[in-house]
Amino acid sequence: MIQDFLFQAFAASAILGAVIMVTRRNPVSAVIFLVGVFFATSGMFLMLDAHYIAAINVILYGGAIMVLFLFVLMLLNLGHADWRDLRGPVGGLIGGSISIAFLGVLTRLFVGGTDARPVVEIAGSALREAAAEQGVVGVVARPLFTEYTIVLEVTGVLLLVSIVGTILLARRERT
Amino acid sequence: MSPVTGGAFALATVGKVVLFFSVLMLAVMFATIFERKVCGFMQDRSGPNRVGPWGLLQVIADGLKNLLKEETMPEQAIRPFFLLAPVLAILPATILFAVIPFASPLPTQWGLVEMIVADVPIGFLYVLAIGSIGVYGVAMGGWASGSKYSLLGGLRGSAQMVSYEVALALSLVPLILLTGDVRAPEIVSMQQTFTAGPATYATWFVFPLLVGLFFFFVSGLAETNRLPFDMPEAEAELITGYHTEYSAMKFSMFMIGEFAHVITVAALVTVFFLGGWDIPFWQGDNIRVLSDGTVIGEPTWWKTLLTLGAFGVKTSLLVLVFVWIRWTLPRFRYDQLMDLGWKFMLEAVTVYILVIAFVILGIEAVGIPAGGWYAFVLFLVNLALAGVLFFAMDRGTLIRGGAKGAKSAGGEAAGQGG
Repeated sequence: MIQDFLFQAFAASAILGAVIMVTRRNPVSAVIFLVGVFFATSGMFLMLDAHYIAAINVILYGGAIMVLFLFVLMLLNLGHADWRDLRGPVGGLIGGSISIAFLGVLTRLFVGGTDARPVVEIAGSALREAAAEQGVVGVVARPLFTEYTIVLEVTGVLLLVSIVGTILLARRERT
Repeated sequence: MSPVTGGAFALATVGKVVLFFSVLMLAVMFATIFERKVCGFMQDRSGPNRVGPWGLLQVIADGLKNLLKEETMPEQAIRPFFLLAPVLAILPATILFAVIPFASPLPTQWGLVEMIVADVPIGFLYVLAIGSIGVYGVAMGGWASGSKYSLLGGLRGSAQMVSYEVALALSLVPLILLTGDVRAPEIVSMQQTFTAGPATYATWFVFPLLVGLFFFFVSGLAETNRLPFDMPEAEAELITGYHTEYSAMKFSMFMIGEFAHVITVAALVTVFFLGGWDIPFWQGDNIRVLSDGTVIGEPTWWKTLLTLGAFGVKTSLLVLVFVWIRWTLPRFRYDQLMDLGWKFMLEAVTVYILVIAFVILGIEAVGIPAGGWYAFVLFLVNLALAGVLFFAMDRGTLIRGGAKGAKSAGGEAAGQGG
């Protein structure tokens, strides 16, 4: 009952925050509202008993990636720019049609009979049993380090390659 | 006696939140006067001594002054963010305390009340999550003030906090390796009864994870922006950094946030490495509430008080260490600070995790059960590692000191980076 209410409240604030975020012209306000959206989604995860995902969502997105965004905005002093992102009727048309297409997809999900709740509840009960047995971190950690070790390691190497590549591209030639 | 449920649980939780928040704010108040008194002692002066007995009421006078002072609003500041920043600075530091167990469970006539505000299943991941939010207060305060000193302080602060967060999170991995659990009450309970045999004795994790404690403490210092990591507010260069433009209560909120953060880090070190609310050499306080509601041990109200005292003493001593370090070590240069974070701490912590993982694997392969010998082997490994670590960090200035150090110590320490 109260879980349902909180879930809806978090969902509503996530949508509201997202709308405000895309309509801001000031990049720093956009970053702050995006952080709010991350917190709201973490709240939704918590209400679904996905504690680990909720924590990681805040640690990585809220605490690391968004801080980096804010940092770059501050460093380059872009915070005061207030020009529009969509310029001219062509830009507006493209942006508008993309958002209408996405809205259509979402509407179809809701209207077309695929109710999200039962799926969540089935996964929830299975998760609850596993979590009681292994702890909420173990539920994620065990498969990650047993079944999917290779995938995990390959992803790690991929990220490392991209970091090295970025440094290589960004490096100035020493003359 | 079983844990409280239903309405009594809700009531108990609200009570704990209120009690806890007031105690934390009181502790912050006394931490400020404590710091000034200790500073005075270390610099051979009296410190605040005019208001009340031994100057103890100075904090109240300061608080009143901050409430009554004029709130300035710089013309070039960006108003909503300028107002939001102090809130964001104070909020994470105060809600972090929710997952810290601070005493043994208290029996009441409605059931057993656990002395922790929220025993979340993600345990110290919550600490990392909320701790990482603390950057926003610093970054935003610096940026929204519209002053170049504030901006520089905010930039330094956010870069430093993001850098040391990596080492902070990694320094807790050996703890997971040892305990296999992330929940703080479980970690405390394991330190009380770290054994497999019939004999029960406490093994605080400061022994088997000595180097881990060092890394955690150093990153904690950097996270709280305390000396020698207080580059964001280096007063000789940046006035006071990110809160230069703040006055009165808004400035005070930054300060309360900083002190609350110091107390929180001290409490976390206590819980993770110093046995939490465990009273050493006494087994009567080994009380544990399992997840299905069964209670091990005999909780009584005086045990709750005693363990609360033990927790308070340990935390206060650690706060004293914070203050002590402040007047012992000089401030880092900024590039040294970044080098230490990225080129030393990160690598050292990673190697440490590997070593501990292999040692634990080896101990379990040999078949030593959890208990005294298990901890002792780990302790020996840690001592060896600590020796190597301090020798490497020292770079021949302090330990070898004496003949060589006498003439070159000063020059070398100031001249070398990294």
